[in-house]
Amino acid sequence: MPTVAPLDLDGHCLAAGFLGEVPYFCLADGSIHRLDHGHKHTAPHDGLLCVEFDTANSRLITGGEDGKVVATAADGTSDIVAEAGRKWVTSVAAGPQKAVAWAVGRSAFCLLPDGKVKEFPHPRSVEGIAFAPKGMRLAVARYNGVTMHFAATEGKPAELEWAGAHTGVTFSPDGNFVVTTMQENALHGWKLADGKHMRMAGYPAKVKSLSWSFKGRWLASSGAPAAIVWPFTGKDGPMGKAPLEIGTRGNMMVTAVACHPTEEVVAIGYSDGMVLAGRFTDQKEVLLRRPGKGAITSLMWDREGRRVVFGSDAGDCGVVDVAG
Amino acid sequence: MADSNVQQVPVTVLTGYLGAGKTTLLNRILSENHGKRYAVIVNEFGEIGIDNDLIVESDEEIYEMNNGCVCCTVRGDLIRVVEGLTRRPGRFDAIVVETTGLADPVPVAQTFFMDEDVRSKTKLDAVVALVDAKHLPLRLKDSKEAEDQIAFADVIVLNKTDLVTPEELAKVEATIRAINPTAKIHRTERSGVALSEVLDRGAFDLSRTLENDPHFLDESHDHDHICGPDCDHDHDHHHHGHGHHHDAASDIHDVSVRSISLRGGEMDPKKFFPWIEKITQMEGPNILRLKGIIAIKDDPDRYVLQGVHMIIEGDHQRPWKDGEQHESRLVFIGRDLDEARLRQSFEACQAA
Repeated sequence: MPTVAPLDLDGHCLAAGFLGEVPYFCLADGSIHRLDHGHKHTAPHDGLLCVEFDTANSRLITGGEDGKVVATAADGTSDIVAEAGRKWVTSVAAGPQKAVAWAVGRSAFCLLPDGKVKEFPHPRSVEGIAFAPKGMRLAVARYNGVTMHFAATEGKPAELEWAGAHTGVTFSPDGNFVVTTMQENALHGWKLADGKHMRMAGYPAKVKSLSWSFKGRWLASSGAPAAIVWPFTGKDGPMGKAPLEIGTRGNMMVTAVACHPTEEVVAIGYSDGMVLAGRFTDQKEVLLRRPGKGAITSLMWDREGRRVVFGSDAGDCGVVDVAG
Repeated sequence: MADSNVQQVPVTVLTGYLGAGKTTLLNRILSENHGKRYAVIVNEFGEIGIDNDLIVESDEEIYEMNNGCVCCTVRGDLIRVVEGLTRRPGRFDAIVVETTGLADPVPVAQTFFMDEDVRSKTKLDAVVALVDAKHLPLRLKDSKEAEDQIAFADVIVLNKTDLVTPEELAKVEATIRAINPTAKIHRTERSGVALSEVLDRGAFDLSRTLENDPHFLDESHDHDHICGPDCDHDHDHHHHGHGHHHDAASDIHDVSVRSISLRGGEMDPKKFFPWIEKITQMEGPNILRLKGIIAIKDDPDRYVLQGVHMIIEGDHQRPWKDGEQHESRLVFIGRDLDEARLRQSFEACQAA
């Protein structure tokens, strides 16, 4: 039976995840909590807006209302990566060779491995950013599409166009697909090899959480009363195929998803705080956590796939030991 | 909007041309001792001389929705900022959104209807327009935005009244009334309006407006029909002496927005609701605001209705009182609206 170790915090948890074996909880007020031989916390920001778990480098990259981009190491020490003055840092990303990218207003910035910072100005707001898994390629989600910058070179960026406001962006783990979340209740995808479009629509709510399954064979998403899991097993991605619907609950919305690191299983968080795990093959479900005070905002598995860390918008967070 | 959820943060939208006095008013909101804390979303920190971490700079970002409707626009930057601010409730009691002088107020207002996340956490309290009494006639000549801002407002602060003569002021006020017969007008100098007249008004919420002002939408003053189809001015070519301002009428003729007030008896719901749906679908781009109190046949409650472009919202407000006349009133503020057709089709919805 799964067992829950709760951690009750005061405020909206923006992101929960693991660095190594240690669970981290990042709150909107700017505090970062960790369960490392007891509950410890630091407060690198006054107001936190975006978090990336840079697991490869065992650190957190965060951006805040205070205009700071901060890297926090596993021991809780923080370094300021950049300061944008009084503007909000609205998106952060961690790339290969310790590259860091962030968004402020209508510009994306990239701290390259050689220590240089490059600015990529855009005519409209930079809504979301992501690094490609390989190469120094930075995708910027913007109004009417995605711009792909080759951050280390002076080359012209590549543009992927699709009408509408794109609010977030992710690469598939193999780097073959780019998928955006949109202001409307839909995802949009491009196959990078030929620019083919993928429309993934029909959600009753905005999609705020995406997670690729191991090897990138599936893409799980929130925004419906079930986790919507799109197949990326064929060469054209999900085109012409129906998604799986896992963990359907008639009256509750899925607010966060996280795929298991080695199995075709997804952890699903709901607006009432419940967390389930669902298997793709037979859609069997296991209850991981009963409903709580707030909607689940963030989920992540540890490396072994034994524990799930969760955060909620009311601060009732915790760690589930799946095997118990 | 009629949601009584207490956690919804009220939002005041402040519009007005450069120089109309917005910064003065904002500085007062931020510094005066009124017992409330405001988060203020501005386009540029610029002239606000107050250091306050609840002042957020945001780049105006208008997004068309991908539904084929050209008037369905939202402010993408506001969605993000409001989401960020409301993750830390308790820091502030209300939000003020300042728009640039040239900004179209519609996407700002629609953001609070069309985005589910924003809508669940906030509610539009009032759209407040600051108007410079001296320069308004000129502004109306050279821009559509100045007119839109007035047409769209719930509260109008007619500022810098000390810079004009009483006659000029009366003309300016008549012009404002011609564009927007329902807004509350405050005459001020140096943005000296009582903040309680601007903030936390619930003016966008028609139900609350009606509670506070039972005669709202009443036509007893009859100031809404300054220039209708039966008036004998030339509407299209109105260069009265090369644009000089000889009289009030010439000012009013610089205006393309007008209001149409309709009045009828009890409505047949089977006719009225499809009609209002159709009108807002077809005429949506031309309708800036729509407000109404509808008497529905065999319904003991007054039905209040309001809209912005194609978005309409309606709700039962309160039971009709004993002896109160079951009457339907509907005001459209917009451009290129066919009054005769609206009136005729509205009247055709009356219950037999």
